[in-house]
Amino acid sequence: IVALVGVMALLRPLLLDVVPTIQQTAALALGRLASYNDELAEAVVKGDILPQLVCSLSEQNRFYKKAAAFVLRAVGKHSPQLAQAIVQCGALETLVICLEDFDPGVKEAAAWALGYIARHNSELSQAVVDAGAVPLLVLCIQEPEIALKRIAASTLSDISKHSPELAQTVVDAGAIAHLAQMILNPDAKLKRQVLSALSQIAKHSVDLAELVVEAEIFPVVLTCLKDSDEYVKKNGATLTREIAKHTPELSQLIVNAGGVAAVIDCIGSCRGTVRLPGIMMLGYVAAHSENLSMAVIVSKGIPPLCTCLIEENEDHIKAAAAWALGQVGRHTPEHARAVAVANVLPTLLSMYMDTHSSEDLQVKAKKALKNILQKCTYLPALEPLLHDAPPNILKHIVGQFSKVLPHDSKARRLFVTTGGLKKVQEIKAEPGSLLQEYINTINNCYPEEIVRQYLKTPAGEKLVLLS
Amino acid sequence: MLTSNVTFLFSISTIKIFTTFCIFRSVDEYRKKEYKAAVKIQSWFRGCRVRAYIRYLNNMIIIIQKWWRGYQGRRYFRKMVETAYFIMKMNFYNEMAVRIQKRWRGYYVRKYTHNYYALKKYLEAISVNNEIVRKELNEYAEMKEKEKEKKDLEKKEKEKEHQARKMHYLLSTEQIAGIYNSPFSKSADPMELLLRKSKPLSHSQQPAKNHLICELCDRSNCTRSPTFPAAQPLPPIGRQKPQGPFRDAAEVLRQRYKPLEPTLRVAASINSLEKAREEIKREEWRNRVHDNEFLPFSSYHKNEKYDPSIHRSGKYGQETYGVKHFREVQPKKWIADKDFQTVLPSIVLFERFGKTYSRTGQIV
Repeated sequence: IVALVGVMALLRPLLLDVVPTIQQTAALALGRLASYNDELAEAVVKGDILPQLVCSLSEQNRFYKKAAAFVLRAVGKHSPQLAQAIVQCGALETLVICLEDFDPGVKEAAAWALGYIARHNSELSQAVVDAGAVPLLVLCIQEPEIALKRIAASTLSDISKHSPELAQTVVDAGAIAHLAQMILNPDAKLKRQVLSALSQIAKHSVDLAELVVEAEIFPVVLTCLKDSDEYVKKNGATLTREIAKHTPELSQLIVNAGGVAAVIDCIGSCRGTVRLPGIMMLGYVAAHSENLSMAVIVSKGIPPLCTCLIEENEDHIKAAAAWALGQVGRHTPEHARAVAVANVLPTLLSMYMDTHSSEDLQVKAKKALKNILQKCTYLPALEPLLHDAPPNILKHIVGQFSKVLPHDSKARRLFVTTGGLKKVQEIKAEPGSLLQEYINTINNCYPEEIVRQYLKTPAGEKLVLLS
Repeated sequence: MLTSNVTFLFSISTIKIFTTFCIFRSVDEYRKKEYKAAVKIQSWFRGCRVRAYIRYLNNMIIIIQKWWRGYQGRRYFRKMVETAYFIMKMNFYNEMAVRIQKRWRGYYVRKYTHNYYALKKYLEAISVNNEIVRKELNEYAEMKEKEKEKKDLEKKEKEKEHQARKMHYLLSTEQIAGIYNSPFSKSADPMELLLRKSKPLSHSQQPAKNHLICELCDRSNCTRSPTFPAAQPLPPIGRQKPQGPFRDAAEVLRQRYKPLEPTLRVAASINSLEKAREEIKREEWRNRVHDNEFLPFSSYHKNEKYDPSIHRSGKYGQETYGVKHFREVQPKKWIADKDFQTVLPSIVLFERFGKTYSRTGQIV
């Protein structure tokens, strides 16, 4: 590294050389060094090269400008401090001037450098916006070259992701309409960036999300969910998630446009982290109201969620799937029944009990189980849980039984024959606790002899069958 | 003597007086007794009379009070009965109102707020819509797949053709069979057929760099070598320079094809002045309200008195006539001191204001 610092000292005077090719090649070399490693980038900054680059950026021809912007980008991408150093030497104004240049390559390099600077935190983004970059970026998006469009879209996405004010600035420059038009473009990488930009804008507030929706993205975004590129699908699902999470009306809009079906198909066809935004989107839609949750169930949303829960290896995806199932099933007994019929409750229970699963997964599985169980009246699904559940879950299960059994005679008979009553008797509960009350309610549904029989022997079961 | 006479006389008189006094006294006592008795009798009798009178008055008063209290009691009772009746009626009405409201609210909620059938229809509509969306998306995906396949196929074909053109020399001749035309096989290899079809590749015609390929290569690291920008387009090299003091070809061409920049005087047409005048006239004709010329003032209207409008004839500007009152009032011209009495026929509907419903509710 010491030798490399020496290299910086050697390269620096070459930047001022008379022959333009040498200048350009020197800048190129600096850029490649800086992009390799962040210590080298720091060495570039410490070697006082940046002010020189910035000065000559405004004067030289387009190849030099491209190389200089490349160096700035390479330095700025490593850490916020380096990006701050770039901002402090006044590079932003010159980069913004480069954005007005005729050559699309120069614009692309300048936009890329601005994007990497704005990516780190909101102060740097604000600095980029204050330098007047946003309207020029919106103009860049309208240029015919695809690479330039990609970079401009990714820069807008990086700017708007930090705070609602920045997103509002981007929207005020009229970016949404152009971004919405570009969703139809066949290029996959461009679609990725455009969808990411729209989702970063929409995620901050209801008004921004409504603005994005008003740009008439809706049936078009669904075609992106069927694209062959994984990340386009992921970003499309992210966009629908950011829109759906704000209000029930927006979720309703998405449901009416058939978005739920598209997202479900998308989940079914992908594997891994690409599924995560789709799962979360279903969870948000179902969380708003019971009608929407019923819409998710009717669109056959539960089987893919169950397969996600079972198949995926990553804990955070499983946690998201558990959360989404909890949101679907928690509204009314109908919903809980739909979830229980899919035989997912034992899986949730095992996830909760598993010591290897992370904290987050355990907490989410437990909450989902609790929510579903509090409304579940589908007894065949509850039976298997009686045997394995820990006391805090068991309380809810037994509570549900105590609510249903007094009114339904067939269920009572089934309960006895499947050994449920036996299991209930074996539960030890403190007298006066809620669990004991539930057990008493259940025991009161049956005649005395049967209950006593159970307390004594398993032969009592046969007696019941005979009677 | 005199005194003794006097005393004797006096004593005789006194004795006389005394005896008469005694006589009178006994009579007087008797008289007093009688008097007292008479007084007693009279007083007792008067007492009786007064008592009888008082008794009589008492009885009369009792009768009056009895009647009055009876009357009050009956009035109170009537009031009580009316209130009880009113309360009973209101309870009845309330019950009926509750029944109506119950039915209405159930109907309304079931029809509009929690409409089960609408919800069912909505969910069915959603599943139908989902089916449509899924179908369309599948079609779209298939279309994309097909396009991709087609593109791949075309690319392969192009590559093959390019290869064939490059290896044109491998074509088989009459004498020597080429690689792809084995004498042992019955028909020629497809490559052989391609070779036969293709034209030989000329060296000067470099295949144009495919822009698609350019896109795929990384422009990020500025890997292209920088080239010098050309200052101006050079004239074609092949042309021979004409001998003699001729000017440079490029300069000549530039001058020959310089675009015309006429001065303003040249660019203006000859009759532009007349045209401009006519234009002005047309515009004025267009903007006029009517075509009658102004007539001169005649003395026809000389003696007409100016009639101020109502707004102007009032003292302080806004007259209340037409706004606040609609009739002129001149009290000095009135015969009597009073104004007309407004005796209008009553409007039947307005008479019934506040009285359209039954009066049973107004008892309380």
